[in-house]
Amino acid sequence: MTDPIPITVTVNGAEVAAEVPPRLLLSDFLRRHAGLTGTHVGCEHGVCGACTILLDGEPQRACLVFAVQADGARITTVEGLADPDGALHPVQRAFHEAHGMQCGFCTPGFLMTTVALLERTPEPTEEELLDALAGNLCRCTGYRNIVAAARRAQQALAAGAGVPAAAGAEGRGDGEA
Amino acid sequence: MKPAPFAYHAPAQLPELLELLADDLSDVRVIAGGQSLVPMMNFRLAAPEVLVDLRRVPELRGLRWAPDGALTVGAAVTQAQLLRDRRACDAFPVLAEGIRHIGHPQIRSRGTVCGSLAHHDPHAELPALALALDARMTVASAQGVREVPADDFFVSYYEVALEPGELLTAVTFPAQPADAGWAFRELARRRGDFALVGAVAGMRAVGGAAAGTRLVLFGVGDRPRRIAAVEQLLDGAAPAERLGEVPALVVAAIDPVSDLHASAEYRREVAGELAVAALAEAWERARGRGEDQR
Repeated sequence: MTDPIPITVTVNGAEVAAEVPPRLLLSDFLRRHAGLTGTHVGCEHGVCGACTILLDGEPQRACLVFAVQADGARITTVEGLADPDGALHPVQRAFHEAHGMQCGFCTPGFLMTTVALLERTPEPTEEELLDALAGNLCRCTGYRNIVAAARRAQQALAAGAGVPAAAGAEGRGDGEA
Repeated sequence: MKPAPFAYHAPAQLPELLELLADDLSDVRVIAGGQSLVPMMNFRLAAPEVLVDLRRVPELRGLRWAPDGALTVGAAVTQAQLLRDRRACDAFPVLAEGIRHIGHPQIRSRGTVCGSLAHHDPHAELPALALALDARMTVASAQGVREVPADDFFVSYYEVALEPGELLTAVTFPAQPADAGWAFRELARRRGDFALVGAVAGMRAVGGAAAGTRLVLFGVGDRPRRIAAVEQLLDGAAPAERLGEVPALVVAAIDPVSDLHASAEYRREVAGELAVAALAEAWERARGRGEDQR
């Protein structure tokens, strides 16, 4: 009854097929089966936000989803943000430029949360920005620079900074690598 | 931590799903968004033998509007989906206001409206909103379908009027009067936390007096509570003259507990304050809306 179940998940545009036990968390599926260790696992009970990914375009915690529930879904992880040639996503660039990280452990989650926020809300109010980022914890407590980085990303995107084709909630992962 | 092993089914048809739930030999749980269930499973506070996922069942998806303006929200509808629906937010502004207090964007984009109702944390926003808005629960099993009013649905801490084998398939919010004013207040230690205490208030303004007043408090006991004494106090009166009497009536009607987060005494005091603030704001909004109608 608890036998493995075959699933196929599109991760950053590439199909990943595997037989997985139902209890496997999506965060572990991404790290072990898809080989993408950019999705960090912090608390494993939905508090820290380090494992935030985009599932069918929506920010979600990969530790609160079973991999079997993501069968057929399209997922973007932090590895899917930059161009294949290495050019950073504007949100990644802003975090780099504004030093929106210290140890870097929480950074993938903050990046995915910020990408999702700015796609739906290109001009967030202070309240909206803080509300969106409140679901991610930074144990280094480097929040001021993280908020500054999110604002910098907002300005870069508004000024027309290019979003790599592979990223973004719409059209993300439609077959291209 | 990792959850204990379980069997998983994601049927495509509702009858098939209800048959799976009718299995009374195994510990079967429904999973929708899983934003309360999966943390409990990760901690092994819950270890169901079988999980039945409702994500593939078409009739559980989407919002449906009745000709009279009632809104039915299917069991698979996420909180974020409801917040993105302009018509729903316009027709039930207090529902949107309350749902924005639930967790974080990553939680609301997966957590469902019905899942929060069926889970019934007494500190959660949605059970209180459902009670305040006179919501009706649609409950299905292999034996048939029944409707349960919100007031009968919430029994006690994490307990609702669902029998084994039953599924909350939808919640229906009846249309509200166009001139009603609503307000939502809650106090939490951190953004996104469950409320220590919260209040939902609504009323209409008729010739300078309140009518159809509604006050629901949550985080004040084993389930959300309507405070009938306050509703009667304000109906037919100018609220500004009566709000001073509200805290004493609130304190008499609730039975909060002391826990790690706050003492019962503190919760009583906050409940009175939030009730007054929510009622005052609902009144202002009702007056504004009443004038718009004229």
